[in-house]
This record gives sequence, C-alpha cells and structure tokens, in this order.
Amino acid sequence: MHMFFIYVSVILSIIIFIPLYRVVTGPTIYDRMLCSGSIATSSMVLILMVGFIFNRIDMFIDIAMAYSCLNFIGVIAFAKYLGTLGKRRKNGT
Amino acid sequence: MGLKEILSIIFISSGTFFMFVGSLGLIRLPDFYSRAHATGKVDTLAIILVIIGLVIYEGFSVNSAKLIIIITFVALTNPTATNALARAAYKFRLRPWFKKDKSKKRQKKNELGN
Repeated sequence: MHMFFIYVSVILSIIIFIPLYRVVTGPTIYDRMLCSGSIATSSMVLILMVGFIFNRIDMFIDIAMAYSCLNFIGVIAFAKYLGTLGKRRKNGT
Repeated sequence: MGLKEILSIIFISSGTFFMFVGSLGLIRLPDFYSRAHATGKVDTLAIILVIIGLVIYEGFSVNSAKLIIIITFVALTNPTATNALARAAYKFRLRPWFKKDKSKKRQKKNELGN
C-alpha cells in the first residue's frame, strides 16, 4: 500500500504538467486562471498523498484544507476583478 | 491485502484516471467555455473519488472526519469558482467558438475577445 501511494503521487506530478502547457500558452487570461485552479486542485490531492506516504496525515490534512481555501479565494477575487473590468469597458472608459 | 485496501485502491485509481481526463480536456477543447465545462465537473468528481478512497483506507477516526469536511468544501467551491470565471468572461464579452468559424484568422479574433 505504501508503494501504491508512491506510484499515485508520481502519476499525479506527471499529470500536473498537462495544464501547465495551457497556463504558458493560453490564448486568453481566463484560460490561464482556469488551468492554474486545476493545478491547485491536483496538487491538493498530491499533498494528501505525501501525508499518507510519511504517516503524518494529521499534519498534512490541515495544509491541504488551507490550500483549497486559498485556491477558492484567489479564483473568486480574480473573477470579481475581471467582471468589474468588463463593466467599465461597457461604459466606454 | 484485505477488502478495505482493495476497495481504496479501486477508488483512488479511478479518481486519478478522471483527473487525467480532465487535464486532457483542458488541452484538447477549442474554447474557454468548453474548457471550463471540462474542468468544472470532472475535477470535482476526481477529488471526491480520491478522498473517498483515502477515507476507506484511514478507517473511523478524526482524520477521516476532516477528509469528509474537505470533500464537502471542494464539492461546494470548485463549481462555484468555475462559474464565477465563466460569468466574468461572459461579462467581458468573450465570444464562444462556433463551428462555422473555420478560418484561422476569424478564430484568433474571436479568442482575443473583442
């Protein structure tokens, strides 16, 4: 079971590189933000896997919780900022 | 290897597979809205499956209660964040991709969001 967690974390850290391509070469800024959110959710699962590998899950669960909170607040603040930007452009300034 | 570990291996493997499918959709789909459609649902399902597998492996303790709290938090917030981003893109008048815009120039103009 310990080896299985190591395999899963290796596969996850390979999967994280796929949205990173879209972050680097995204056509719009929304694509970049969406894919960085996807990277954050994948790395939250990776943190939980690392906690099970080192047998310190009681510490790593709190880190994962804080990480998912930070991801949500970042995406919401970004969407709010871009929404006000669109409203300002509609008025013509 | 007992029944508990086999069950958790099945759940974690299917969750990793769904996470791979969601990442593939981010690359393959042509438009921002369809990419949001790919990652908003599939990533949520993948995280729920992986953490259910971890709860089954952990057993009945305080840590599994915290894992269930993470499940409910992610299931509430991940679609909300995607919806907020898509709403901001719609307010910014980012045009969706249609099948008739086959020429490269037109598509590029649409993606830049004028």
